[in-house]
Amino acid sequence: MQELVNIFIKSIFIDNMVFAYFLGMCSYLAVSKTVKTSVGMGFAVIFVLGITIPINYLLENYVLKQGALVWLSDSFVDVDLSFLSFIMFIAVIASMVQLVEMIVEKISPALYGSLGIFLPLIAVNCAILGGSLFMQERAYNSIVEATVFGLGSGIGWFLAIVAIAAIREKIRYSHVPAPLRGLGITFIITGLMGIAFMSFMGIKL
Amino acid sequence: MSEKKESLFSKKNRKLLSDPLNDNNPVTTQVLGICSALAITVQLKPAIVMALSVLVVLSVANVVVSLMRNLIPSRIRIIVQLVVIATLVILVDQVLKAFVYDVSKELSVFVGLIITNCIIMGRLEAFALGNKPWKSFLDGLGNAFGYGWILIAVAFFRELLGAGTLFGYPVLEKLGLYEMGYENNGMMILPPMALVTVGVIIWVQRMKNRDLIES
Repeated sequence: MQELVNIFIKSIFIDNMVFAYFLGMCSYLAVSKTVKTSVGMGFAVIFVLGITIPINYLLENYVLKQGALVWLSDSFVDVDLSFLSFIMFIAVIASMVQLVEMIVEKISPALYGSLGIFLPLIAVNCAILGGSLFMQERAYNSIVEATVFGLGSGIGWFLAIVAIAAIREKIRYSHVPAPLRGLGITFIITGLMGIAFMSFMGIKL
Repeated sequence: MSEKKESLFSKKNRKLLSDPLNDNNPVTTQVLGICSALAITVQLKPAIVMALSVLVVLSVANVVVSLMRNLIPSRIRIIVQLVVIATLVILVDQVLKAFVYDVSKELSVFVGLIITNCIIMGRLEAFALGNKPWKSFLDGLGNAFGYGWILIAVAFFRELLGAGTLFGYPVLEKLGLYEMGYENNGMMILPPMALVTVGVIIWVQRMKNRDLIES
């Protein structure tokens, strides 16, 4: 249990997707103009990360990893399919996003109205593929740990985009030098926020 | 084939190559491909390897998609593009692992993330789907160079100011700066400073070209 809490806190604050690894920066910059849209995008990311990481975890451990196929037959001990992981992960992500989009559209049109436009964007959001690749690299022990990592990363991304959107809404009233307006100042603010988030690094877990 | 429709390096084609280097730079103007870019700019070497990998993937993917542009049904084009890109990235990844293993370890997940690098998707969608292969190739090259020089510039400043080295060679130590009391700015090595460095590059660029300023 303690291990799970550690992974959760770590993935939200210390290994924050945006501030520590710059993942999902494209949508982070593009969709953070107002708080409302950024909340929608953030929820969509939490949602998709929470679904795709466990699925890719199963794929990694029962199909792709060296010796992962022994459950089929002992003669597969030496088979190593990990070079296929990129294409498998991206296929899972793209099809899951499509599926989630269709399910949400059927079940909850209201949610679809607010999340719908963001879902296609997410298929090519590097935070999602990055989450799966980090999961592969860090070799979590169980599917529960992988899921917790996925949700934590999603929440970290959510926090980051909502915070920057709130700052961007306010900064419209400030006097920013003209060449810095828009993109430039957003980069620098993100950098400053990143420095602030680094203070979490001192936490020993 | 006696008449030539358009020379290979006509003015228009040259523009395809040169525009993305400055005014239409994929990173600073189109805001694409920042995702997998900044984390690997602590040192010059991985940045250059990354830039080359993107160059290969982007130009080949642009040509392939442009060759298939009349065959791909528009509903499933995203999946088709992803498959093309993912295949190329797997090839690049295997080559890196075989020839420059240490750099490939350093880049870790970021090679894989070239798949979701929005520059590649963005150029395929915006250009390769509607243009002939040669033009698409030039567009791919141009954009990859535009992306590459930003990466290399950021990595240059971060390595020089943060560690005092270039390609691992201790430039500042040889210059004797440390004896004069100079110290490395350790902050440049930390991730947030990559963002600030790009912010400053954008600032300088927009100061030079006022048309790019956002209202």
